[in-house]
Amino acid sequence: MLIPHPLLGPRDAQEFTYLGDASLLNRPDPDAPNALEAFCDYVFLRDNPAGVHCELWFHEQGDRSWLVVTRNTLTHEILDVELATDVARRGT
Amino acid sequence: MSRIQGGLINRDKPLNFTFNGKSFRGFEGDTLASALWANDVQLIGRSFKYHRPRGIYSAGSEEPNALVELRSGARQEPNTRATVVELFEGLSAKSQNHVGSLDHDVLALNDLFSPFLSAGFYYKTFMWPRAFWEKVYEPAIRRAAGLGSLSMEADPDAYDRGYLHPDLLVIGAGAAGLMAALMAARAGAEVVVADDDSRMGGRLLAEGGLIDDAPAVDWVETVLAELGSLPNVRMMPRTTVFGAYDHGIFGAVERVADHLATPEDRVRQTLWRITAKASILATGATERHIPFADNDRPGILLSGAVRAYANRWAVVPHRRNDAPIAIFTNNDDGHRTAQSLLQKDVPLLGVVDARSDAESHGDYKTFSGATVTGTRGRKGIRAVQIAHNGQRNWLPCGGLAVSGGWNPNVHLASHHRGRPRWDEAKLAFVPDENAPKGMFIAGAARGQGSTKEALADGQRIAMTVLDQLGFGPVNVPLPVAEDEAGDIAPIWHVPSSKRAWVDFQNDVTVKDIKLAHQENMRPVEHLKRWTTLGMATDQGKTSNVTALAVMAELTGQTLPETGTTIFRPPYTPVSMGVLGGGDTGAHFRPRRLTPSDTWAKTQGAVFVEAGQWMRAQYFPRSGETHWRQTVDREALAVRSGVGICDVTTLGKIDVQGADAGEFLNRVYANMMGTLKVGMVRYGLMLREDGHLYDDGTCARLAEQHYVVTTTTANAGIVYQRMEFARQCLWPELDVTLISTTDAWAQIAVAGPKSRALLERLVDDADISNEAFPFMACQEVTVCNGLRARLFRISFSGELAYELAVPARYGNALMERLMEQGQDLGVTPYGTETLGVLRIEKGHATGNELTGQTTAAMLGLGKMVSVKKDSIGAVMSRREGLAADKRRLVGFEPIDAADPITAGAHLIKPGEAMDLAHDQGWITSAAYSPHVGSAIGIGYLEEGDQRMGEELIAANPLEGQNIPVRVVSAHFIDPKGERLR
Repeated sequence: MLIPHPLLGPRDAQEFTYLGDASLLNRPDPDAPNALEAFCDYVFLRDNPAGVHCELWFHEQGDRSWLVVTRNTLTHEILDVELATDVARRGT
Repeated sequence: MSRIQGGLINRDKPLNFTFNGKSFRGFEGDTLASALWANDVQLIGRSFKYHRPRGIYSAGSEEPNALVELRSGARQEPNTRATVVELFEGLSAKSQNHVGSLDHDVLALNDLFSPFLSAGFYYKTFMWPRAFWEKVYEPAIRRAAGLGSLSMEADPDAYDRGYLHPDLLVIGAGAAGLMAALMAARAGAEVVVADDDSRMGGRLLAEGGLIDDAPAVDWVETVLAELGSLPNVRMMPRTTVFGAYDHGIFGAVERVADHLATPEDRVRQTLWRITAKASILATGATERHIPFADNDRPGILLSGAVRAYANRWAVVPHRRNDAPIAIFTNNDDGHRTAQSLLQKDVPLLGVVDARSDAESHGDYKTFSGATVTGTRGRKGIRAVQIAHNGQRNWLPCGGLAVSGGWNPNVHLASHHRGRPRWDEAKLAFVPDENAPKGMFIAGAARGQGSTKEALADGQRIAMTVLDQLGFGPVNVPLPVAEDEAGDIAPIWHVPSSKRAWVDFQNDVTVKDIKLAHQENMRPVEHLKRWTTLGMATDQGKTSNVTALAVMAELTGQTLPETGTTIFRPPYTPVSMGVLGGGDTGAHFRPRRLTPSDTWAKTQGAVFVEAGQWMRAQYFPRSGETHWRQTVDREALAVRSGVGICDVTTLGKIDVQGADAGEFLNRVYANMMGTLKVGMVRYGLMLREDGHLYDDGTCARLAEQHYVVTTTTANAGIVYQRMEFARQCLWPELDVTLISTTDAWAQIAVAGPKSRALLERLVDDADISNEAFPFMACQEVTVCNGLRARLFRISFSGELAYELAVPARYGNALMERLMEQGQDLGVTPYGTETLGVLRIEKGHATGNELTGQTTAAMLGLGKMVSVKKDSIGAVMSRREGLAADKRRLVGFEPIDAADPITAGAHLIKPGEAMDLAHDQGWITSAAYSPHVGSAIGIGYLEEGDQRMGEELIAANPLEGQNIPVRVVSAHFIDPKGERLR
């Protein structure tokens, strides 16, 4: 696959390591009353859709940026790529 | 000799070769198959299951039968298709899959037992008794299964990897591919043309037709000459595009030197990764056969292959010159073979055409509405039985050509799971509109198979592609060519009570398909697995569609209702060697050398792989005959004097920024923000699930500058997770990270005399105990001005330091330390002693931090701060983890002579040795010269409450049951006085 890096242009997927569901950006509030339950969901429950999926890729052999890649897992079509920092700052 | 006039072989260059030790001669331009035909060698091998005699069946990469072991010695390669092996001087090949000689194969007995070797045989037999599974059945099956044999020697050849990024990749250089390539080339596109044959031209080389009133080969040569002269075109013959991957990426193997006796100074093959903006699939079609009784004898082969042998290689595939060739067909193509052979004055028996309205296309006999119902000839066909006008007659023949129509080579188009569509008029699966993005199909690969159609289709598709790529129109006139007739009737097999083969390589017959149907294995995927049809090395190129048609007939469904067959990479077998590229042996993965590597080698160090790193394991001295002697000496030297060890491999991460302290508070379980400048703190990192995953030190060099160290193994992952925390969790924090593992050489200087040694190297700084206490750190200069970082940290439990200098000075620093410490008895030590020292001290490493252990288990539960949030803090307090009472403790053998083995499990004496009674396990063990016996550390249920208790350390793998006593994990200096 080729991943269109927002800063560096199309890069070979071999340069990246894959983490998975981008919901990992939404770390629960540790002080909330239901923090433990929320963390259990956060740590153990992932979406694994057949279709459009937002996922985290780390450009380990590149600029070390984390990317949020929106990819169709059925076709491997990449619909959108953003720096994870931008997504995290915006809040999803 | 069956050699005839003409052909594209170079008769001025004869080549000698051997088959099964017998010498033969062919010509340059021959394949092994054509050269064998020319020498009247018909019997090439034995079939997989029944060990039936088999000959050459095709003239290309689809070959199911003629598999040979090519070359000898380390270069011996099994399952090589004789039809694609280019002849070279000195080639040697052997037949395979027989016990005894090829002529008298002992396992040919299997053929007599064929009633017992039917579909699903493996699933039905070998079921009982159970005791026979491993001892009798498996060895027997393993001996009988598999084709060919391996040399068991290392591959002596080199392989390479290459990358191409053309505008257009043209796959296949036949009529359609060359036409498309010519257009794209003239339009100025960057074009790569890949063809798996040694000579480009595809079927044009095999058919002997005319283009623009001249031999088609002339047109091919003209086009190849033009393409070869253009700088924007790369011609890649001998290159098989084996897979279509995502986003326009293709895998291809170029056989750089397979046509030579040895590669000499070249690589043998190159693995190409071709990323193309668009691709044109012009891979042509593969002829299929028609199963009839005993259709697998040598001398029976595909009709198009007969034309190829006659026209390209000037050989006639028959046994004797006077024995006529019969042709069996359900379509017009069989008649082309008759015409080709007539032109070459080859005696013809006639064309057996299953169509009742068939007529001769020339001066030969046509049996219309006839079928072939049997053959004779044990090691080569001698007679054919023809059913015609209600009669069956045996007629002598020397060869039989079979044509059942053509299957477009849609393989690459379906690599993204796109299913082909059944074309009822053409009786073929053609690619649907679901090919990989950017792929266009042209010519016979989509059923446009006549020369005229293929040329026109190549032109038409190229125009579409060029337009999409943004290239202007280009005018290449369409050459004039023949539009060969292509009428076909749906006759898929000739019913018989005898066996009629569908898949030759895996010995699957029409009967097997019928049996699978009876046994309800009807979906095509079940059919494949029950019968193994299409699952041999040829992936059923000549059999899959025919099998579907037979199944359709049995189920009364249409062929598309029965199923389609899609293909996965690779198109043809790819050697493991080329997939590995150059990444073999020492190049299997990057090898990282420590900064003091050169020095360590001169010291005669023994090295050990630690991940990618090569680390000095120990430094044997003359007279030491066992590694333990060396390690004991090194360990004692550190405890009594001073030792030095390269610890550069530990990960180092530089953390800077106004919020660096706050950031570290969140990634470490313990508090780091409160660390004073000039001090170091031990830290624990948790995963978000609450488990421990790494430990190390954190030094604060300045207000906004920390240096984090990690374990060697986790250097990469800790950095990755810290970047995750920085970018994905807390992007608002002002902090930046960089890995500096390779930038700084770090040397541990340990032992009571370590300060004395360092004082001789450090320039001005006061490193007395008062000025530079335990856990202090400082930027200093050493050796007259070299910038350095000094940390007073200890892994050994002794007074110890780690000194970091820029990596390029690491080797010199090691030499200087040795030189300056000579009178102090300075001793270099390696990872083995490092391990002994830390086990004696009860310090954890990867053996203890397995990813399934917790801070509490290490006895460090209080380090997980409750005053702040950090990664893993919330989950570390969950019930299951908090309830875990296993604790890290030490173990000594009751009998000091006993060994302790890491991995041994702890059981109470007298209790059953099973999981229910498992009390924990030994994580690390070593011989301790300080204690004078083996020692171990490990996790034990409520271990901290059980000092002095006796347990059994059980190692059932070696039948070892060692009585041990629970002791403190700190075998040395439990109060930590030595390191202060």
